[in-house]
Amino acid sequence: MAGQQRVYKARIKSTQSLKKMFRAQELIAASRIGKARDRVAMATPYARAITRAVSAVATHSDVSHPFLVERTDTQRAAVLLIASDRGMAGAYSASVIRETERLVQRLESEGKQVALYVSGRRAVAYYTFRQRELAGQWSGFSDSPTPEVADEIANELLDAFRAAPEEGGVSEVHVVFTQFVNMVTQRPRVVRLLPLEVVEGVAPVGESDALPLYEFEPSPAEVLDALLPRYVRTRIYANLLQASASELAARQRAMHTATENAEDLIRTYTRLANQARQSEITQEISEIVSGADALASS
Amino acid sequence: MAELEVDVVAADGKVWSGTARQVSAPAADGDIGILAGHTPILSVLREGPVRIVPAGGGAPLAWHVDGGFLSVDDNQVTVVVDSVSEAAVAATAGH
Repeated sequence: MAGQQRVYKARIKSTQSLKKMFRAQELIAASRIGKARDRVAMATPYARAITRAVSAVATHSDVSHPFLVERTDTQRAAVLLIASDRGMAGAYSASVIRETERLVQRLESEGKQVALYVSGRRAVAYYTFRQRELAGQWSGFSDSPTPEVADEIANELLDAFRAAPEEGGVSEVHVVFTQFVNMVTQRPRVVRLLPLEVVEGVAPVGESDALPLYEFEPSPAEVLDALLPRYVRTRIYANLLQASASELAARQRAMHTATENAEDLIRTYTRLANQARQSEITQEISEIVSGADALASS
Repeated sequence: MAELEVDVVAADGKVWSGTARQVSAPAADGDIGILAGHTPILSVLREGPVRIVPAGGGAPLAWHVDGGFLSVDDNQVTVVVDSVSEAAVAATAGH
């Protein structure tokens, strides 16, 4: 019986140390989320400037660019999956992976071959464990992405989009990431990155002031050439930032729940331990009493 | 005299924002200087220095940028750069 008590005590102890870990993770996530949201805010002016410029060129000139037209010479499609490096974030990684799987299935049912590009150790592990081939993988920055890694990812995707069909060129690029709606809601989203559809931030045409007639230096085509890769990079960077804010929010919530569950467990085990102690005492008393009875009656 | 509203933005944040009398930047075909009332222009930037003369006469500001683009629209100047090097600021700010 004393054994039983000891087991409960050990469980309480281990749950308490787990609880401390959960609490620490929750606090870390909570402190980083502010920074992540600041980064989102910091990247906004750049993204807005680029988007404005791209829509200005797109509306003012009728130049065509490879990034803007559909490719018909290849049936390959690239999918970029943005997940987290670490777990302890509830269903965060699982839900983006599920969304990706759904997209891959849809593309394959349309007769396309899918090339997967994966960012985040969790997702890389998921696919390598299933021995699925990855066209590209990155990890180690999921909770604080920098413009440099966005560059790297964008360059790889742009190269794939520009490559000839026989060199593994792709006709479209999709991105699956988690959109940060607010602290409680993060939504997995699928967007098609290439070919580009420039729709965001285009000033409503037909209002009082018409868009100015821009001069392009050196030429509209070259301006577009310089702008579009930057635009793609910005979009990817924005998606990475959204994903990192979502990851931290998901982690904070998951760890908060875990802390509460640990508290519940500790409470339950404390009750059980008390019960065990009580019943042990009861048993000892009854043993002593019955022993004394036996001695007295003999 | 009208003034320019200038924003200098990099990928990871705003670098500078304010009103200016003159902006000069390394455009694709040679340096470009912008004063108030400039025609709308969208230009690719080469590597080189971007200089801003603030309105109200402060010390001119300068950054070394390694590419980007510049848009001017109704006295609204936006300089979008890939990265600015802070080191060059001190070196060229004395001009």
